[in-house]
Amino acid sequence: MSSNISRTNLVIVPLCLAVAALLPLLTPGYYVQFATKVMLLGLAAMALNLVLGFGGLVSMCHAAFFGLSGYVLAMMSDKYDPASLLLTLPAAIAAAACAALLIGALSLRTRGVYFIMVTLAFGEMMFFLFHDTTFAGGSDGAYIYFKPELRLFGWRPFDLEKTSQFYWVVLVLTGLGVLLLQRIVASPFGHALLAARDNERRARSIGFPVYRIRLTAFVISGAITGLAGYFSAAQFGVIAPQVLSWHLSAILLVMVVLGGMGSVTGPLLGAIVLLGLEEVLKAQTHYWKLIEGLIVIGIVLMLPGGIRNLAAMVFGKDESIEKPLENPRKETSHV
Amino acid sequence: MNSIAFGVQLLNAVQYGLVLFLVASGLTLVFGILGVINLAHGTFYMLGAYIAYWLTLHTGNFGLALIGGVVIAFLGGLLLENIFVKRLYGRDHLAQVLLSFGLILVLEEVRQILFGKDVHSVPPPAFLQGSFQLTAVQSYPVYRVAVCLFCLVVALLIFYIIHKTRIGMIVRAGAENRDMTRALGIPFDKVNRYVFATGIALAALGGIVVAPLSTVYPGMGDHMLILSFVVVVLGGIGSVGGAAIGALLVGLADTFGKVFFPSFSSFSIYFLMAIVLIWRPTGIMGQRVD
Repeated sequence: MSSNISRTNLVIVPLCLAVAALLPLLTPGYYVQFATKVMLLGLAAMALNLVLGFGGLVSMCHAAFFGLSGYVLAMMSDKYDPASLLLTLPAAIAAAACAALLIGALSLRTRGVYFIMVTLAFGEMMFFLFHDTTFAGGSDGAYIYFKPELRLFGWRPFDLEKTSQFYWVVLVLTGLGVLLLQRIVASPFGHALLAARDNERRARSIGFPVYRIRLTAFVISGAITGLAGYFSAAQFGVIAPQVLSWHLSAILLVMVVLGGMGSVTGPLLGAIVLLGLEEVLKAQTHYWKLIEGLIVIGIVLMLPGGIRNLAAMVFGKDESIEKPLENPRKETSHV
Repeated sequence: MNSIAFGVQLLNAVQYGLVLFLVASGLTLVFGILGVINLAHGTFYMLGAYIAYWLTLHTGNFGLALIGGVVIAFLGGLLLENIFVKRLYGRDHLAQVLLSFGLILVLEEVRQILFGKDVHSVPPPAFLQGSFQLTAVQSYPVYRVAVCLFCLVVALLIFYIIHKTRIGMIVRAGAENRDMTRALGIPFDKVNRYVFATGIALAALGGIVVAPLSTVYPGMGDHMLILSFVVVVLGGIGSVGGAAIGALLVGLADTFGKVFFPSFSSFSIYFLMAIVLIWRPTGIMGQRVD
């Protein structure tokens, strides 16, 4: 599952990193903000892929974790002073992790299509919690007037109010997210997760605690999604119930499938392509969602392995490509 | 709460549950027979309500809107099955989720182009307007009673077809064991197409009968989709009887949740779902696994 380090990768990866690091110096602020948004959703999509691609679990509630941590930041923020990052970030991630633990513990009792429906329903529960009650602004959402601030004994390493510094912080976090997820996938825990995906019964008879492994992966995934959601809310300075709705969960799924489920960084690529596409379509037509919907349908029908297959079709065969959508897993044979 | 107020709430709960049953039975049938999870089910409910609004506006006849809406939905279902859905049989659930999400994006925009995004109301047919006077202060709208009776008739018809006819036998056999039914020589392509179209028509029918009760608005499909998922999870996938039990439970939990715990009313159904998941993860009428 780990990416084969080929000669092209040795050139392309450092090149991409260099361009990414220098982006704020090269382009105007709008694109820097756009790139920040792309990375944050890409980070959430990569986190989702831990349970989706590596765990074989189609979760439809990741928007709930993404939005919940944003709400935690909004509720802990003061109207006239920036909130402390050291205080609010752990609280936000912990809230997302707790929500993932609770939803996961109930949802993972089910399999296959039940899991999809149950996660979707519990995710929407979060939407209604913030939409129908008034403690966090109800349907209008809540504002975050100042970006959170990190102070270590009076020293401020960075200022998130500055677009470029916000971007660099998110870039570093995304990089750390990639490394962490790669470590997890390559670890014995990651292999056990894969084993449970490929053949649950066999994994169980070997003695893997499948339920606990999946729940752990679900909580880690929810926590990283919460991290991305925290910075996303900080970036836009506002959080609304729409962020919690299952449409965002579905968008994250599209990103994962678009980028390919077989690798850790694939979903990031999917986020870049999907959001880039949205940006182009929005400029062209008022009915961009129509085109986007048709493209999503086209991808499902024609490209079961994501855009990497498209690249492979154009540039020749690549051994590392997997086609996870083409082989239905035997997870629902009883339902 | 006095007995009349309780009776009114109970009637509301049953009426809500019956409408839920119409929509959710369509969802559970499509999943049971085709093995396809359709996230766009709620969107067809919403489209049904908009079509009812449009047809009532232009013909002035709700009965015509009801029949027209169901026919349009059925034909639309046949068309969609033929173009998209039939390519999903045997693919995994993720592909089905994504394709139906793409369909939602497309259909929402089509609705935007055809009907706009305004909130509308639909007048109930003239002979069902007015209300029954229960006491000096309490009354009950005639249309709600009519919806109850109408949904009850449709529900009984569904049960009759599924349990007493040859088509129903095929549908039940297909839900039980798809491969075996196919091996016995049942023309599944045709069955699939009509079951899918029937599922869509049921969703639209739910939207049509609800249109005069509440407002017609763009987000109504999303809400219904979640509720029908909860119904199906409660009852067990593929079981129409389970959907009936689940729908009544959700109707009761939602209505009485609103009465007794107004600020947490939207939680009552999730609480119900959590209990059933702990007690029977595959639903009340579902088959036990492992």
